Amino acid sequence: MEFLLVQTLNGISYGLLLFMLSSGLTLVFSLMGVLNFAHASFYMLGAYFAYQVSTTIGFWPALAIAPVLVGAIGMLVERWGLRTVHRYGHVAELLFTFGLAYLIEEAVHLVWGRSSVEYRVPPDLDGPLFTIFTSQYPIYRGFMMLVSVAMLVSIWLVLTRTRIGLVIQAALTHPQTVEALGHNVPRVFMLVFGGGAALAGLAGVIGGNAFVTEPGMAAAVGPIIFVIVVVGGMGSLAGAFIASLLIGCMQTFAVSLDWSLAGITIAQAAPVLPYLLMVLLLIFRPKGLMGTREG
Amino acid sequence: MLEVRDLNAYYGKSHILHGVHLSVGDGEIVSLLGRNGVGRSTTIKSIMGMVECSGSVKFKGEEMVGLKAYRVAHKGLGYVPENRDIFPTLTVRQNLLLGRKSTRKTGRWKDEDMFELFPRLKERADTQAGVLSGGEQQMLTLCRTLMGDPELVMIDEPTEGLAPKIVEQVAGLFEEIKKRGISILLVEQKLAIALDISERLYVMGHGQIVFEGTPRDMRENAAVRKEWLEV
Ligand SMILES: Nc1ncnc2c1ncn2[C@@H]1O[C@H](COP(=O)(O)OP(=O)(O)OP(=O)(O)O)[C@@H](O)[C@H]1O
Ligand SMILES: [Mg+2]
Repeated sequence: MEFLLVQTLNGISYGLLLFMLSSGLTLVFSLMGVLNFAHASFYMLGAYFAYQVSTTIGFWPALAIAPVLVGAIGMLVERWGLRTVHRYGHVAELLFTFGLAYLIEEAVHLVWGRSSVEYRVPPDLDGPLFTIFTSQYPIYRGFMMLVSVAMLVSIWLVLTRTRIGLVIQAALTHPQTVEALGHNVPRVFMLVFGGGAALAGLAGVIGGNAFVTEPGMAAAVGPIIFVIVVVGGMGSLAGAFIASLLIGCMQTFAVSLDWSLAGITIAQAAPVLPYLLMVLLLIFRPKGLMGTREG
Repeated sequence: MLEVRDLNAYYGKSHILHGVHLSVGDGEIVSLLGRNGVGRSTTIKSIMGMVECSGSVKFKGEEMVGLKAYRVAHKGLGYVPENRDIFPTLTVRQNLLLGRKSTRKTGRWKDEDMFELFPRLKERADTQAGVLSGGEQQMLTLCRTLMGDPELVMIDEPTEGLAPKIVEQVAGLFEEIKKRGISILLVEQKLAIALDISERLYVMGHGQIVFEGTPRDMRENAAVRKEWLEV
């Protein structure tokens, strides 16, 4: 019981973090048709920027500054990179984001070195929040959930209650019509790409110290968020949300279970589970949980 | 007001328009007729900056070729797409809101004007546009573009597949548009409507203008009707 509760909470907080990453990826995909391989690199940049800022002026400013910086980089990438490459088609765009992911990783190597950096949970947030039976639940985990939920609500409000949100929703399906009505659609693309990057950056700020900040972190989480987008259904925010929680919980439970099957423990198999889920889903329900488009 | 000269348009390698010319004067209703696939939609999309093209499109004396579609819209050209291209997941009211180019300026049209013209839209103001009937969706695309306060509006096959009674309503809207000093470039299939409401007509064939004249010229010219319009 105790195990179940704690692991569920951990799974949800990890799942929410994954949603902060996958929401941007899926929005950018459905709006611009670009599968951004460098999306997880923005997550990594968020963590490193937060480390840098928090060692000089503290964690709280970092919480705001790092995502803004990452968002600005995202907008520059869209405006001066993707938009130019777009002319040469989707393959070129894909290769571009692929290259960008390597570029960012190398840049991180150069600036911060090849091993992990000491990005720690700030002292104000260190310690137990409450105790369930005998286990203590850390404040920081609660904080992560709070930030993620706040973000979730804000995305939803922006998309459904603001004019720019309506323009984004309409541009998802009818970009040409929206532009002919006088809306600057290229700028909307840039803002969404930047917004997605900023969200990923924020996930990096709160995830980097909960887990570990190292040059391999983008490559580790990148495939997982792709799985989420595919499982949820390409381009579906609701699908990405469900898949994030599902995979978040699945991963969290799996690594802590030592039941074994044919000599392999579930914990050992944990890293494979998301991919297994994706493969099965692609076979039995190719459009994903909530997706509308086939293939 | 609108002066198109030697307009050539391409989809990738295929050359669709071959030197189209036409003009629309202040407050005029002009129709562009022709069979399916002759390039009528392509003509107005090119004017709107939505298709790669060369030639000259002067609107109020200013060159539009080379401008992005949203800039052309801001110059005062409105475009009503064919196929009832509404935003299906948004409500009727939200669709109308997206027709406005800015939240500050208010043009000659308000939501209320639209609701007065089409009471059906008022009843359904907060429903998802995707569940409206075909006729209601057509009204909505028209109204949505008018909310952006264009000075000239290009309308692509507004009456296609509509019941006669709704066609009448839509024709009524054209009168209202004209009364407010807005010019119309209308793409139509139905010759009767075009003859009825327009001051001048153009007929297209194979990506070119093959006839221009008044409704009267057209009525008298059976050869053109037979060669370029009747199926
Ligand atoms: N996106 C596109 N890509 C390639 N070719 C196109 C595209 N859109 C239209 N065409 C071609 O251009 C030609 C003109 O099309 P257009 O849509 O302008 O015709 P139209 O006169 O409006 O007829 P209708 O609306 O009745 O189909 C057609 O031969 C069509 O096949
Ligand atoms: Mg057409």
